[in-house]
Parts: sequence; structure tokens; C-alpha cells
Amino acid sequence: MLTLTSHQRDAMIATSIRALPDEGCGLLIGHDDGTVVDVVVSENVLHSAKVYEIDPKVMLRTYRRCDDEGLSVLGVFHSHTHSEAYPSPTDIHQAPDPSWHYVLVSLRDVPSVVRSYRIVDGAVTEEDIVLH
Amino acid sequence: MAATIRIPTVLRPAVGNQATASVEGSTIGEVLSALAAQYPAITGQLLNEDGSLHRFLNVYVNDDDVRYIGGVDAPVADGDEITLLPAVAGGAA
Repeated sequence: MLTLTSHQRDAMIATSIRALPDEGCGLLIGHDDGTVVDVVVSENVLHSAKVYEIDPKVMLRTYRRCDDEGLSVLGVFHSHTHSEAYPSPTDIHQAPDPSWHYVLVSLRDVPSVVRSYRIVDGAVTEEDIVLH
Repeated sequence: MAATIRIPTVLRPAVGNQATASVEGSTIGEVLSALAAQYPAITGQLLNEDGSLHRFLNVYVNDDDVRYIGGVDAPVADGDEITLLPAVAGGAA
């Protein structure tokens, strides 16, 4: 389960729209129970509509911030501009951490769709997003 | 030269669940090779067979991403802090 504020959810959608025509992305940081404290927006350093990568500088800065603030990097979000909010084979293959939450924002439909997944050894399981 | 390497959670099982390791080396390539020699289970997640950096690993010396300071040849000085983090990538393709 991933717990977000509606503002955080909207921030992910807004980031994804601003990144168009490329995929947008960012990190989710918060508490280990899955409560998101902040959405950290990253440039998509691959500048692509088909693939994304979090800026390595944002990675380092965010991990250091989490150490300082007693938080964890909970996962990552990125957008699919023209396909559904489900992890692609690329997403599954490159998912580095079984403890992470993988959030997909699909801009294919209006309104935009936000869904969250766990990816463990290539197996994808959707989880609930609770808005508060 | 002794440097401290900070290990990300996802790689800790390969190094006996330590958060840091201390290794010798004067370049990033030497330091990562030394870490791999100490903990063979981590080898394939650090370096490719040709000795280049693994595509899905970010490596930093202090605040610098090593890709911009020489890659595996990036210099490491005594007391430097090296941070390893997963490269986070994917996409609809």
C-alpha cells in the first residue's frame, strides 16, 4: 500500500504533463510504512518519450536528504505518454529494488491514471494507493 | 589509498549486509575491483566483463558522478567517500 496526499498525486501528473513529449519521472521519499512525505521531481536525463532515467545528481541529493531527515527512498514514478499505467517489460527488467513502490502515470486517457506496483523477481503485483 | 564505499540497500545482501566497506585503490576501477575481490557476489553488479562500469549503477566520488571525471579511471584519494546507488531507469519502450 502506498499512501499519498492528493497534492502529491497531482504533482506526479503535473510533472508528467510538463515533461511531454518525453516521459516524466521522480523519486518518492517517506516512511517505511509506505507513507510518502515528498515527491522529488527529476529531469528525465534520457529526454525520451519511450525511456526514462532519474538524474544521477538527484539520486545522490535525495539519498543524502533521506539520511539527514530519517526518511527512505520509497520508490520511483514515471509516465507512459501513450500507453497504460502498467510496468513495461523494460520497467520490469530494470526494476532494481524489490522493496520499492513503482508508480506509473498514464497520460493516455483523460483524466490521467496513477497506479502503483511492487516488482519482485520480475513478478508484478498492483497495490492500493490510499489518498489522504 | 583507503576509501569508504557506501553500499545501497539493494546491494547489501551481496556484502554481508554492511552499509559501508573500506577498500584500497587509487582509481574507481581499482576500488570496485577490490570490493568485488572481497565480495565476489557483488561482481556482476559493479563492472562488466570488459572492466567498464555496469550500466545500471551510479558511482560517485564525494559529490561527483564518476562518468564525468574519468569513469573507471576517476582518481580516488585517501579519505574519499564513494557512494554506489542504483541507476533508476525504465520506460514504455
